[in-house]
This record gives sequence, C-alpha cells and structure tokens, in this order.
Amino acid sequence: MTSLGNAAGFPILSLITWLPLIGCLMIMSVRGDDETVASNSRWTALWTSLIVMVLSFVLWAKFDKSDPGLQFNEHLAWMPAFKVGYSMGVDGISVLFVLLSTVLTPICILSSWQAIHTRVREFMLSFLILETMMVGMFCATDFVVFYMFFEAVLIPMYLIIGIWGGPRRVYAAVKFFLFTLTGSVLMLLALIAMWLHAGTTDIPTLMATHFPSHMQTWLFLALFASFAVKVPMWPVHTWLPDAHVEAPTAGSVILAGVLLKMGAYGFLRFSVPMLPEASAYFAPFIYTLSVVAVIYTSLVALAQEDMKKLIAYSSIAHMGVVTIGIFTFNVQGISGSLFQMLSHGVVSGALFLIVGVVYDRIHTREIARYGGLADPMRGYALVFMLFMMASVGLPGTAGFVGEFLVIIGSLKVNFWLALLGGAGMILGAAYMLYLYRRVIFGRVTRDDLRGIADLSAREWTLFAPLIVLTLWMGIYPSSFTSYFDAAVGAMVQHHQAALAATTKLAGLVH
Amino acid sequence: MNWTIALPEIALACCGMATMIFGVLRKSDATLLCTMFSIAGYLVAGLLVLTGAFGFAFNGQLVSDPFSAFNQLLILTAAALCTVLASDWNRSQGVARFELPVLMVFATVGMMVMTSASNLMTLYLGLELQSLPLYVLAASHRDNLRSSEAGLKYFVLSSLASGLLLYGISLVYGFSGTMDLVGLHDLLSSPANASPGLVVGIVFVLVGLAFKVSAVPFHMWTPDVYEGAPTSVTVFFATAPKVAAMSLLLRVMGTSFGSLLGAWQHLIVIMSVLSMVLGALAAIGQSNIKRLLAYSSIGHMGYALIGLAVGTAEGVRGTLVYMLIYVFMTVGTFGCILAMRRKGQSVEKVSDLAGLASNDPVLALALAVFMFSLAGIPLMSGFFAKLYIFLAAVQSGLWVLAIIGVLASVVGAFYYIRVIKVMYFDAPAESFDARPVSLSIVVAVSGLFTAFFFLFPAPVVAAAQAAASVLFH
Repeated sequence: MTSLGNAAGFPILSLITWLPLIGCLMIMSVRGDDETVASNSRWTALWTSLIVMVLSFVLWAKFDKSDPGLQFNEHLAWMPAFKVGYSMGVDGISVLFVLLSTVLTPICILSSWQAIHTRVREFMLSFLILETMMVGMFCATDFVVFYMFFEAVLIPMYLIIGIWGGPRRVYAAVKFFLFTLTGSVLMLLALIAMWLHAGTTDIPTLMATHFPSHMQTWLFLALFASFAVKVPMWPVHTWLPDAHVEAPTAGSVILAGVLLKMGAYGFLRFSVPMLPEASAYFAPFIYTLSVVAVIYTSLVALAQEDMKKLIAYSSIAHMGVVTIGIFTFNVQGISGSLFQMLSHGVVSGALFLIVGVVYDRIHTREIARYGGLADPMRGYALVFMLFMMASVGLPGTAGFVGEFLVIIGSLKVNFWLALLGGAGMILGAAYMLYLYRRVIFGRVTRDDLRGIADLSAREWTLFAPLIVLTLWMGIYPSSFTSYFDAAVGAMVQHHQAALAATTKLAGLVH
Repeated sequence: MNWTIALPEIALACCGMATMIFGVLRKSDATLLCTMFSIAGYLVAGLLVLTGAFGFAFNGQLVSDPFSAFNQLLILTAAALCTVLASDWNRSQGVARFELPVLMVFATVGMMVMTSASNLMTLYLGLELQSLPLYVLAASHRDNLRSSEAGLKYFVLSSLASGLLLYGISLVYGFSGTMDLVGLHDLLSSPANASPGLVVGIVFVLVGLAFKVSAVPFHMWTPDVYEGAPTSVTVFFATAPKVAAMSLLLRVMGTSFGSLLGAWQHLIVIMSVLSMVLGALAAIGQSNIKRLLAYSSIGHMGYALIGLAVGTAEGVRGTLVYMLIYVFMTVGTFGCILAMRRKGQSVEKVSDLAGLASNDPVLALALAVFMFSLAGIPLMSGFFAKLYIFLAAVQSGLWVLAIIGVLASVVGAFYYIRVIKVMYFDAPAESFDARPVSLSIVVAVSGLFTAFFFLFPAPVVAAAQAAASVLFH
C-alpha cells in the first residue's frame, strides 16, 4: 500500500472503515445460549464502535484545516486495467461526516440495548456492517468504490427495517429498497459514462475533467435521480415517512442522521464540482423542488398524528433547506448546508431517540395518547425542549447556524428564494411547538402516564453527547466550520472558474 | 492431425466410457464410485486444458485457444460442482443411478467440443452430443409425470431448434462454400460476399443457438423443464450448457459473422431486451422457486447477450465474466434449493423458506448472498458482472440497452429481495432436514466466491480479456 501524505502514519481511513467488520467476525464467533450470545454481541458491538469512534477522533485531531484538498490518502491497485483503484481520502467536506457516522453508531447501539431483544446478534452485525458502508462511502475518493458503498448500505438497512421494524415493516423495507435502487442504477450509468470519458474514476481527476455541455445535462439528471431519492427531495420523498415509522429507533436515527446526508453529500461531491454548467442550469429547478419540499412537508408535518412521522416530515423540510444552500453556489450557502446537515444529523437523531424513550415505555407513538409528561418526566421534558428548540432553529443551538447561513446565501441569489426557504423556520416552529405542547404540557389524564419513569442512567448517557454537541455547535460554530472553510472556498472558486471558462468559450463561438 | 489439441475432450470421453462399463459390470450399486470417477475425469480434463497447447487440430475442425480454455474450465467446474450436488440429492430422493453422472460426463464432452469447434459441422456434432444426454437427464425421474413431460418437451423443442440450426448451417454453406469458421471470417471481410441467402442462414443459426441459451422469444421450454426435471439436473441445465451455448454464440457470431454486425446486431438487441424484461416481469408471480430461477436465468442471459450485441472485445469480455459469475451464483442458489428437504422430501415453494433465518442462519445467509448477488447489489459478484456488461454497452453507445438493463434489474430486485423477505421477515415454518456435507461445501465455495469476488476482480477480468481478444484479431 502506498500512503501519500498520510498525516496519521498508518492507513487510518481503511482502519476506521473496516474495523467494524472485525467486530462482526467476533460477534459471529460467539457461542452459547441465547442470553449469552445477546449480551456478548451487544458488548462487542459497543466496544467496536467505541474504538472506531476514538480512531475517528485521531482523524479529527490530525486533520489539517488549512488544506482544501484530500488528506490521509491511501491508494491500492484494484482494477488497474480500468484505472480504478481502491482510493481513500477525506477533505474538509467529508471528514465531519465520518465523525458524525462514528459518533452516532455507538449511540444507536446503546439505544437498542433493551429495545432490541430478538435476534440481537443479527442486529448488531447489521449495524456494524452499516457503519462500514457509511464510513467507507464518505472516505472513498474513487467513484466506483463510492458507488459500491453507497449502494451496499441498502443491504443492512433493508434488514434492519424489515426484521426489527413495526407492523408494516415489509412494505416499508421493500419500498425503501426499490426507491433507492432505482435512483442508484441510473447513477451507475452516469458513472460509466464519466469513467469512459475521463478514462478513470479517480474523483480528483474527474473534478479536473471538463465534460461537454450536452453530456453534463444527462449526467446531472442521472445523478440527480440517485441523490434526490436519497436526500429525499419532493416528490420522491414518499419512502421516507414509511421507512422512519416502521424502522426501529436506532434505524431511524441512522437513517435521518447519516443516510439522508449521503444524497446531499453526493450533490456536493459530484454534481456541483464535476458538472458546473448543468448544476447552474438546473439550479432553479432544484430551488423549486426544495421550496415545495420545505413548505409542503412542513404543512404535512403539522397534521401528523404519529410522532415519528412528524419528525420524518420535518427531516424532509430541513433537507430542502440543505439542497437550496448547495445550489446557491456561494460560500455562505454551501457552508450553511454543510452545517445544517451536521446539525440535522445530531438533532433529528436525538429527536428519534426521544420518541424511542416513550415508545419503549408505552409502546405507542400516537401523539394523542400522551400529554402532561412534564410532571412525571422532568428530565425528559427538558431534553425534549432543547432538541425541539434546536430543530426549530433557536439561536444558541445547532439548528440556527445552518439555516441562517443558507438564508444569507440564498438572499444573494434571489429574495423570494430566501423568503420562501426561510418560511420553513416559521412553519418548523409551528409544528414542533405544537408537538411539544401536546406531548409534554397539559394534565396527565391516563393512568399509565402517571407512573412513567423518567430517563434512566443509560438514556442520559445517550443524550449527554448529543446535548453537548448541539450546544457546542450553536454557541461556537467556528470550531466546526473551520474544518470545511478551505474546502468550500476552493469549491466555490472552482465552480466560478468553470462557469467563467464556459461563458468565455460561448462568447468566442457567437 | 495434431490430435493432442483435443486431448481434454478425448480423455473425458474415455473416462465416461470406462465409467459406464465399470458401472454395468459391477454387480452392486456403483453410483458413488461412478460419481467419484466422473469428478476425477473433470479434474484430469481441467488439468489437460490448463497445460495443453494452443492451435488447430484435425485440419481446422477443432481449435484450442484462450477462449476455449476459459470456457472449458468454466464448464468443467460447473459440471464438477453439479455432480457433487447431485450425488447426495439423487440418493435421498430415490433417483440415484450410476448412469446419471456418466450422462453428465458425455454431455460435458459435447459442451467442450462446442466451445472448441472451429467448423460448423463440429459445432453441430458437439451440440447434439450435448443435447442427447440432456434429454435423458431431464426425464431421469422416470416415475414422475412432470419429469417425463420435461424430458419430452425439451426433446421436441430442442430437436426443432437443432433442425433450424442445421438448416442455417446448410444455407451458410450453400451460399459461401465453406463451413470453416476462420474461412467464413476471411470470406466475409469483403462485404460483397454477404449474399441475402447467407444472412438468412446466419439468422437461422442464431435462432438455433438462442434456443439453447433460452433467450426470449425462444425461452418457452425453460420454466417447464426447470420445474419438471429433478432439481439436481436443473442445476446442471442452468449452468454448464448455458456457458457452452453462449461461448458458441460468441465464437460464431463474433469471429465468423463479426463483419456483418450490422445485419444481426439488432436481432441480438431485441432478444436481449425481451429477455431482460420478461425475466424480470414474469418471475414476480412465481411461487415455485425453480420456476422463479428459470425466469431469472432468462433475464441473466439477456444481460449476457448485451456483450454480444456490442460486438467488441470489451463486450465479449463482459459476457465471459458474466457467465463465470453467473455459474457460481446459480450453483450456489440451487445448492440452497437442494437443501430444502423436509422429512426426506424435497420442497420447492418460495413460502417453504419462511423463517429460514431462524432455523438455519447459515443457509439463509448463503441464500441471501446469492439473492443480493443475482439482483446485482454491490459488493456481491453479480454487481461486477453487470458493471462490465454495461461498461461495454455504454462504450459502444448502446444506451437503450443499458437503460432498459438497469431498470429491469430494479424490477428483478423486487423478487430477489422477496425471497430474502420470506427468509428473514416471516414467521418460521418447520425447519429443514440436516444438510449433507457435500452440499454445504459446494454452497460455501460458491458463496465465498460470490461474496468476496470484489477483492480480486482483476485476474478474472484479465483472463476474460485474454480469451475475448482471441476472437478479435
């Protein structure tokens, strides 16, 4: 293995990516009665994911913030005849997503400690495989490798929803699988076309390659099919509420926290830098879809009876803000959407955990079934309030910074875009406060709610890191934005240079 | 003469005859020993292929080159794996006879002749040598009505296809004056020699061979024969003969008629599209897993045909890799189906797999790997098969094929993941009998190949590249 410019001195990205599979091997070798297997699987999975998390902190610490390019590069010949290699590397855009994945995974495993009591071994295996695929996808710097991880995520997620999900889990799992696969296979064709045009699938080389304008249009549409389903953008979002409602809590957390980011990450990694003309051409189209998503899904969220479904719709609205930000093509917009993705990863993950807490006790997610939890569950009400406010975008919490930056970025493009995109914040306040009022305030009318237990020590452990992160991101955002400032700046410059070159070329022709 | 070129075929044929004589003369049950001998025959033939020289034999009747070596090794591997799978299943289902492995050996000899044929006459002989044992094999469960029906159906339709092929060959000979594949290539390199009669002949040859790979619209026999034949025979039907017929198609169309690509390309494109679409749609409604796999194999042949439609070395390489990966996936899947026995009786409904993940997690995992692979999901090998095929298609600008191909694969994914759904999400049914060791080994080998192909794609592709480049010199 050749390691070029690897600050860690060892292939740290491969280690972070593949280490969970070693945990899988250990879990598979566990023998004994059901109880032993379950308990050993839980502990092995937790320790593996914690070690991975610590390793990713090393990555975090050693990352050079001033460098806009890829770092910790690794390269291994894989299909040399096709100029396809196993290449890994992170830049300012991907490094924080790696961290998001590695931080959320142990939290998810801990949150399923008691909630998952059947086929625990398989659950933990699926989760560790899922972690490998997620991290690998964010680290891959070769399009084929990226595609493989991107699509392989389907396998563990399909099983997680289908085996440990709710009553309509089969429908939700199959819908999730087929929606995502349809988009992905079209991306595969775009991948092949780009591969043949550039002669390689190395991402930095592809970024430097200029694709002809007519080709960019088709490539953009093919990539859009894949990423838009994953984000998800209106109108291909319908799989998400189903998947969220049926998935077990941990599955929802990862789905909202990381998997939705894969689509937006794809836009940032491929569509915008590699297809600048088509991106600019299609930007109004993306704005329209995003604004519709923000307003429509927020209104739909207002009408929901199921807590998880409400948060699922709110995720679509928040991701609408993200796509607006990406396609403003200015530093504020893109930084804002990156920040929004990270904060949404933390906050929506936490909100799903919050739903999971009461679901574990009462076994229903129906909003009308609750009320007055402020009295018996004081700690819970406090935590819920914090994340509710963060989701609304209260200044001082993580949610504010991203939305604010995106609004600034979109103001530079168009006033109405900023106004309509910003309407999401107001509507968000409406449905979240309404949800909070119905669940937490009022009088306790039901007997089983009177004696309901407040957060346990394990649950506090789950929420503690998320609370710290939410406040940290809200109060001192530059400790996160500084990671991607250089990379975003370079990307915006690259984009403008590419557009300027085309305009110049067009001027010569006419 | 240079008969040593044909040494692998000769050795395997001798092994088959010796085994048959041994089986007849031996008083007690000779099935197990005959199985062993036939596997040994495959091994020896494989070694001879590996070490053998390249060249022409019998005045250009037979050729040995990297292309034939690649396909012969694949055929021998498939035949050996099928023989191992069949031995235990046949015994438990009461259809074990020493003739069955021997018949498989003879069919394999026919397939090897097919892949190394360098003359339309040799090609036909090989094809018939392959077909005759297959008719008997399909009907080998002779007390079973459906098995006899399958044998008869296969016999009638296959003879018809052979007749068409022979008619096509005679037309080609009549209008060109040669049956030598290389001679035809040289003759047709000047387009003036391509008379309409010759093109009609080519179409007949194409139809005859399309029947053998069960491409739509010549696929009608496949579901019935797959379902009716004993499962141990079905797995053989689904693998080795497909490789042989596909290699024939590639060699004949690619080498001899390659310069007339424009004349037959659209036929292959249509067959390919129809096969992919029908394979995807018709499988959805199937409740019998053997029928389901029959439609699935029709679909897969549609994908493999894309490589031929492209008509370039890249396309042929894609098809060869596809066939290699297909063989391992299919053998593994059928291995899992052969393990579906309750109280000694074989069951073959998809719903019989319910809750397999709880009863037999290892078998369920293996079948899940094969299903994801057949659906073309990475990191499984099936993804790479499709990747190389689509790469070739896009390279030649066959966008329609590529787009229909990927969309059909999404439809196809639906029924593959339905099998996984039945195994993993449904409540457990009664568990299956214990798996025999031989079967576990075959499933494990193909499962590991399928799951870990992504670690070593380069050497396989390089071998296929070497084989494919022979056809385009």
